[in-house]
Amino acid sequence: MGDKMATEPILEEAAGVCVNAHGGAIGMPQLCAEWIPNQVFWLVVTLIVMFLILSRIALPRIGAVLAERKGTITNDLAAAEELKQKAAAAERAYNEALANARTEAAKIVAAAKADIQKDLDAATAKADAEIAAKAAQSEASIAEIRAGAMEAVQAVAKDTAKELVAALGGSADAKAVTAAVAARLKG
Amino acid sequence: MATGTEEHAAEGSGLAIHPMDQFIVKPLFGDGPVHWYTVTNVTLWMAISIVVLLGLFVLATRHRGIIPSRLQSVAELFYGFIHNMVEEVTGHEGAKFFPYVMTLFMFIFLANMLGLIPMSFTTTSHIAVTAVLAVTVFLTVTLVGLYRKGIGFLGMFWVSSAPLVLRPVLAVIEVISYFVRPLSHSIRLGGNLMAGHAVIKVFAGFAGAMGVASVVPIAAIAAIYGLETLVAAVQAYVFTILTCVYLRDAVGEAHH
Repeated sequence: MGDKMATEPILEEAAGVCVNAHGGAIGMPQLCAEWIPNQVFWLVVTLIVMFLILSRIALPRIGAVLAERKGTITNDLAAAEELKQKAAAAERAYNEALANARTEAAKIVAAAKADIQKDLDAATAKADAEIAAKAAQSEASIAEIRAGAMEAVQAVAKDTAKELVAALGGSADAKAVTAAVAARLKG
Repeated sequence: MATGTEEHAAEGSGLAIHPMDQFIVKPLFGDGPVHWYTVTNVTLWMAISIVVLLGLFVLATRHRGIIPSRLQSVAELFYGFIHNMVEEVTGHEGAKFFPYVMTLFMFIFLANMLGLIPMSFTTTSHIAVTAVLAVTVFLTVTLVGLYRKGIGFLGMFWVSSAPLVLRPVLAVIEVISYFVRPLSHSIRLGGNLMAGHAVIKVFAGFAGAMGVASVVPIAAIAAIYGLETLVAAVQAYVFTILTCVYLRDAVGEAHH
């Protein structure tokens, strides 16, 4: 103990009340009053410097950047909304044009159909008339032919009857033969 | 004095743990006494925190990019975080205290984080530093409150929602709690930082003395280091949000 007492004044001078001769802490360095003015002074300096850096340069700059970004995003969103509406309008116009074209096409188709129908009807009517005319003509010629055939049959019958009468040795009265043939043909 | 000498006498035996040595303030140049103006390790690490602040908030934002660079977006993150905190906790009236609160937060956050670098000095582990911060907040809140609300600021201690008989008792409690604020405010921050760093140092001392088995304390140091990183961020956050809560008393509506 006496030995330590002897060395103490030298230690005090070299290190102070908070640090021993080996540079180790005595107790809690946090409670060393000798260092407090130093810490407070440099803390105040640091806080003032940091406050000036932040309030003069950094915070206004970052605030401006954030505001600008927000503005840009708002503008972009508005532009996007506008473009979206334009696209919707274009689509509407396209659909309208498509619908118009469809009705137009339907109209043209209907008109074409009507035209074709008219032509068809006319052609049919013409053909019907021609067919009717031809039929009438044919009927007339058939009637003519039939009449001609009747006469020929009458003539053949008369001639045959005369020839038969003659062949049987009689002389046939032409009028009587004719009347008889006519009667037979009727009968 | 005697205990200190005895502690260091054990140095030769291998188990020499001096967890508090990391908190010693020493002059950077020479061995002279520490005057208030002496350039010390406190000065060094506070200067480093200023350099980091400059790099993060001035250098990284110099392009003012609409599309931020990585570091700029970190700065913007801090800005948005503290700005929201001030607006939400303190109210719209408190928005003009944003640079002040931001300064407090960035100083504590950077000091805590830089303190986690091995061999560094943690300025916020000293009560002297945290006490100045807390007293500054206390004085700001009191002076701003008295300036804005006049004598009505003292109405904060008169709990009008409580029954009349209880109010004097509550007023005494409120006054005591008001004046204890700077104490709890500063010791919470300084104590957390000091304890964490001291524990890491103690485990490091074990690791030096245990040979092969030192994997255990080294693993523990790794785990505690992770915890301390969390504590460093959370204590900066806690100190700042309490500052905002106290500021609300001064500028906001009464909330009793």
